[in-house]
Amino acid sequence: MSGDGLDTRHRGEALRKAVLIAVPYLWLVALFLVPFFIVLKISLSDIALARPPYMPQLDLSAGLAGLRDFFAGLDFENFVFLTEDSLYWKAYLSSLQIAAVSTIITLLVGYPIAYGMARAAPEWRPTLLMLVILPFWTSFLIRVYSWMGILSNEGTLNSVLLWLGVIDVPLQIMNTNIAVYIGVVYTYLPFMILPIYATLDKMDSSLLEAAEDLGCSRTEAFWLVTLPLSKGGIIAGCFLVFIPTIGEFVIPTLLGGSDTLMIGKVLWEEFFSNRDWPVASAVAVVLLMILIIPIVLFQRNEQKQREAEG
Amino acid sequence: MRGFSWFNVTSLTLGFAFLYLPMILLVFYSFNESRLVTVWAGFSTKWYGELLRDAEFLDAAWVTLKVAVLSSTIATVLGTMAAHVLIRAGRFPGRTLFSGMIYAPLVMPEVITGLSLLLLFIGLNIDRGVFTVVLAHTTFSMCYVSVVVSSRLATFDRALEEAALDLGASPFQAFRLVTLPIIAPAVISGWLLAFTLSLDDLVIASFTTGPGATTLPIKIFSAVRLGVSPQINALSTLMIAIVAVGVITASLISKRGAIRQAREEQAGLRATG
Repeated sequence: MSGDGLDTRHRGEALRKAVLIAVPYLWLVALFLVPFFIVLKISLSDIALARPPYMPQLDLSAGLAGLRDFFAGLDFENFVFLTEDSLYWKAYLSSLQIAAVSTIITLLVGYPIAYGMARAAPEWRPTLLMLVILPFWTSFLIRVYSWMGILSNEGTLNSVLLWLGVIDVPLQIMNTNIAVYIGVVYTYLPFMILPIYATLDKMDSSLLEAAEDLGCSRTEAFWLVTLPLSKGGIIAGCFLVFIPTIGEFVIPTLLGGSDTLMIGKVLWEEFFSNRDWPVASAVAVVLLMILIIPIVLFQRNEQKQREAEG
Repeated sequence: MRGFSWFNVTSLTLGFAFLYLPMILLVFYSFNESRLVTVWAGFSTKWYGELLRDAEFLDAAWVTLKVAVLSSTIATVLGTMAAHVLIRAGRFPGRTLFSGMIYAPLVMPEVITGLSLLLLFIGLNIDRGVFTVVLAHTTFSMCYVSVVVSSRLATFDRALEEAALDLGASPFQAFRLVTLPIIAPAVISGWLLAFTLSLDDLVIASFTTGPGATTLPIKIFSAVRLGVSPQINALSTLMIAIVAVGVITASLISKRGAIRQAREEQAGLRATG
């Protein structure tokens, strides 16, 4: 091959690589990064008759002076508003609390299932695994909806309990936070089971035998060996439930009551009912800032897991 | 492992009952004659008939399918490209930002993704409809595709690609003839994931849709907000059935593929050893 041909080939390759990078890159910049900055900008803007354009507008033709005017026009008014109206910080706190409580319940429900799966006969495990994953493929909305028929006052649960004579009057579960907890545990359970199962499945069972040989009872061996070794999976599972639950909208709207405060619902209503875009944007920005902490912790845990596996 | 087994059997039974009972009840009551969903009044398929005669539901189903096929296909192409970049491209300016933009949408609350895209579409004065929902769905599902594909690419033996290049294949030929067949299962599961995410999405579609482009989840949501409806039970049953058949078929196919691959690898080992 002549030097020229090689050169063309290299140039072709460089061009190919540039295109390969540029296409997904530009797509994400245009449809992920830019929209995010628009939210940030609008959160710092004033509402102008509830319609765009929002003040201030960036006037590029005015050059540097336009840029200065643009930044001078931005302010934190909407964020100040969020701190003044107790609705917002109550909604943030209650989202965190609901997410934390439901994460703990999901762990308590999910761990024994993951444990049972990891200790099941090897030929059963693929089937059990598929049974855990299968609900994940069915519509989230439908899985939440399925509890409406169970938990309502005339629902299946109350009918069964009344028929058994356990209760005399129907329990009010629907439209309370308890229904929200049930909905979260139900829909996010696979996210808890899978990482815990993965760590338990990889665990060396000779460690347990060693512990028992050294005089541990089975229960002691569980608390001293199995549980600490599955810590990585537990942490991963908890974050996988906790992080998406904070911004959850469908579950509190369908199962929760009017007093169930969750920030995803507040944002939705601020936008669709009140049409207050700057406040909705400010709510979104604060929600993201709250989420950064658990996301960074989660990433760190994942990295540690990967390093531990070598 | 003995001893704990009673505990294990109980926890597995209760666990799977919890996971499946609500859906079984939904299917059961979809065949209920009565409009009162929780009172059994005899077997009937009338809600299915009503559902299939309801033009609004059929329209919504058609819109949803269109959006899902389009967005998952574009997302698979873009996601596979992105995975290739993440694993193969080495260093390039803005790489950290790129991988950040791939992972961030996975943890971004849907309400924020939806809100930000809507504000973009309004800012650019784009008419909202099927097109904007496709753009929105493509954006978040391409990230899922690229995570699935890049985990497969990371374990892929690069020497195979290099051999093809040394033997005179163009980079594109090497990708099409060597890389793609090997990563195909990951690409297909990426597509399936993108497809189901799109079918399932309520929040982002609600923000980015416009008149005449109501998707099935939006329709279902507005119907069940007011309470349980037997028609939605029938629709849910159909959707659960489709998913169950799809997932079981896919897992049987991939199982057969895995067995074949193991056999080929063994044969290869024997031939070389």
